[in-house]
Amino acid sequence: MLNYESINVGDLLPSREHTANIVQLFMYNAAIWNPHRIHFDHAYATEEEGYQAIVLDGPLQGDWIGQVVTDWIGEDASLVSFGYANRRVAFLGETMSAGGVVEEKDDDKKEIKVSLYLKNAEGEVTIPGHAVVRF
Amino acid sequence: MTELLSLEIKACIGRANPTLHVEVTRRDIQKYAVSTGQRAKKYLDGDEAPPLFHFGYSLEILPVDQLRKDGIPEDKLIPELPLKRLMAGSSDTVYHRPIRAGDKLSITRRLKDIYEKQGKSGPLIFVLTEVVVETEAGEPVLNETTSLIAR
Repeated sequence: MLNYESINVGDLLPSREHTANIVQLFMYNAAIWNPHRIHFDHAYATEEEGYQAIVLDGPLQGDWIGQVVTDWIGEDASLVSFGYANRRVAFLGETMSAGGVVEEKDDDKKEIKVSLYLKNAEGEVTIPGHAVVRF
Repeated sequence: MTELLSLEIKACIGRANPTLHVEVTRRDIQKYAVSTGQRAKKYLDGDEAPPLFHFGYSLEILPVDQLRKDGIPEDKLIPELPLKRLMAGSSDTVYHRPIRAGDKLSITRRLKDIYEKQGKSGPLIFVLTEVVVETEAGEPVLNETTSLIAR
């Protein structure tokens, strides 16, 4: 059980790795009804748009950093706000690691602000993000 | 700095798409949860939707022959811009309550702002849109602001 008092600025949130395969990426794009060809058509992505491979959806990577927060708080707090930015492109087959750190505590509101990241194998942040949770 | 944005483009600020009405099904949530690799039981069981589930309501459902060559539907909310290379920028959402199976939602997407800035390698145009999700009964669910960058 996570409680507000035991959390400190600088605490790391549990991190997790994700490697989307083509089936998962297909299911994701079907679930959100996204027919953008760079996410499933290798020839189109590489020959027409010049990418090195099929491109991972930004919002899928955004979801992965969102899970860092929702898995951390469980039922012990609620999500007040969440945001992410598309910084770099990531490709099918890349192993991405998602994590975060506690940035601020607001004792009056019992809210905690965290910063979040998704990094590729080179350690480059593809998707930075932030969230506020309330206990 | 030269003015890229015509009065015609700026006049589009504030306009909105017709409100979309959707019924959230448990199965829709389960599909989203499995495809994103969720671990929480409430998401995998489809009781409650993960925070970015509403993104799936943003792309218009159009007949295949009306899609662009790259597969995506034309975004009718955003006027034609003088800079053509569009990049997804950021998404920021404020949550009032989670989306749950059985919810009947009203979703409205509005063009919030268009402005230009001088970037390091030339001019940039920022396009901000706001998505407001509420229940049919008028209970606020979430507000999302997204940015697109044209260069």
